[in-house]
Amino acid sequence: MIIAEQKPMETIEEFIKDYKKVLFLGCAGCVTVCLAGGEKETDLLATSLRMKRELEGNPLETVTYTATRQCDPEYVDGIANYVEDVDCVVSLACGVGVQFVAEKYRNKIVFPALNTKFAGGTVEHGVWEERCGLCGDCILHKTGGICPIIRCSKSILNGPCGGSQDGVCEISKDVPCAWHLIVEHMKELGRLDMLMEVQPPKDWSTSRDGGPRKVVREDVKIDE
Amino acid sequence: MSKSKIERLFDQGEFVVSCEIGPPKSTDAEVIREYARMLKNHVDAANLTDCQTAIVRISSIASAWHCLEEGLEPIIQMTCRDRNRIAMQSDLLGAYSMGIRNILCLSGDHQKFGNHPTAKNVHDLDSMQLVNMVKRMKDEEEFCCGEKFKNHAPKDFFVGAVANPFADPFEWRVARLEKKIAAGARFIQTQCIFDTDRFVKFMDMVKERGLHKKCKIMAGVTPIKALGAAKYMKNNVAGITVPDELITRLEAANKAGGKDAVREEGIQICIEQIKMFKEIEGVAGVHIMAIAWEELVPRLVEESGLYPRPALKE
Repeated sequence: MIIAEQKPMETIEEFIKDYKKVLFLGCAGCVTVCLAGGEKETDLLATSLRMKRELEGNPLETVTYTATRQCDPEYVDGIANYVEDVDCVVSLACGVGVQFVAEKYRNKIVFPALNTKFAGGTVEHGVWEERCGLCGDCILHKTGGICPIIRCSKSILNGPCGGSQDGVCEISKDVPCAWHLIVEHMKELGRLDMLMEVQPPKDWSTSRDGGPRKVVREDVKIDE
Repeated sequence: MSKSKIERLFDQGEFVVSCEIGPPKSTDAEVIREYARMLKNHVDAANLTDCQTAIVRISSIASAWHCLEEGLEPIIQMTCRDRNRIAMQSDLLGAYSMGIRNILCLSGDHQKFGNHPTAKNVHDLDSMQLVNMVKRMKDEEEFCCGEKFKNHAPKDFFVGAVANPFADPFEWRVARLEKKIAAGARFIQTQCIFDTDRFVKFMDMVKERGLHKKCKIMAGVTPIKALGAAKYMKNNVAGITVPDELITRLEAANKAGGKDAVREEGIQICIEQIKMFKEIEGVAGVHIMAIAWEELVPRLVEESGLYPRPALKE
């Protein structure tokens, strides 16, 4: 899933300081799972800011709603009556959701309440880790199911580099060396031979190569 | 243009000596030229580092040109951190056109350690792929994309890479060296060796696989300047191991004669190591990394019995 975290409260407060009525728009997708922008966080954020503004003598009227997914037009279309009525929108979705909302409601400014971080998963309650570089050309079968593109700090395809010691990456003692993990795992599988092949330069054209990517499934498209 | 001097010296069977010059963090090329004049009779070639530890300095290629002008053979380092394959090949063509023949391919220190930790790194290629790209440019006369050179391919590049016997997983280090040789590395410079036992073990594994016959392995040495530096390297530098015996020797020197005695002991240890490596089968040369202590190199070379340097035969 997409992992995000909330921007500092002061930043969001600054965004909306000149607005009187604000829609706080949560998302029930990934950001709910990573506890950054679900219904609970949305209500908490709106309430906190409302109380703060009240104390400052600059009352804020808040509207809260949590869309099923802000990255889906079907659900973004459904919030028209909430958006219509406010001065601006604070979206607690990932960067995709913010863009979908801003694109649909062009007469309202949309502020992002979150910083969208990466594609990752929950490793323990309250801890999320990046696991995929979204490069568009998966090679996990060659590397024991461990992604060197994103988990190696130098994206080495023929690792490990000289900075790996005691299984730890040179950039931090808290970062495991992805290639150490790969070598150990391939050893367990009895397939170290697979790592001896020199991996050629990667085709980055499927990754961020200067333009937005698109996936089209002709079979599920609905012709107008 | 001819082949590189160190390639020819290796072919002659000489024990090759190289050292490292760190380019300045300014436009002052005179720093490099002075080192070049000082070192050219004592070493066969010098590495010009490529923004080492991710700190902006005069580029390795520009620095190499200053060395060439002063009559010192350069080895340009090229890291994968800062350029994509287009920029790398372009720089390689430029370097070759200036007479630079030796290239050492490495991934590069992470930008986190340098003076621009917020920079975006590139890593389009890894060091293995860079080695292979240069090999293809020289041997197959083609660019990374497969397009052939119409003329003037960089046929005489001498391609080097690094190996670190002190990083983990240890056993895999030799396998990775084998891969680098398969990718096209013709000479290897190792990380600074302090743990000689582990290096000997590494070389045994290298010889078991016959890798020393497929490429020239140069043992990396660094003279220790201060007790604090040794301790720092032991505890804080990834990929470098400093054995306790070495710390004990430096501590004894410190007790006996303070800082100066430590420096002298560091020099003696380095000389002992060079002499030892010269006798290890499969070690074809020594690479002296006297970090910010370049002026020591002539003494190290002389006192380890490696001076004068051999001449090229016709």
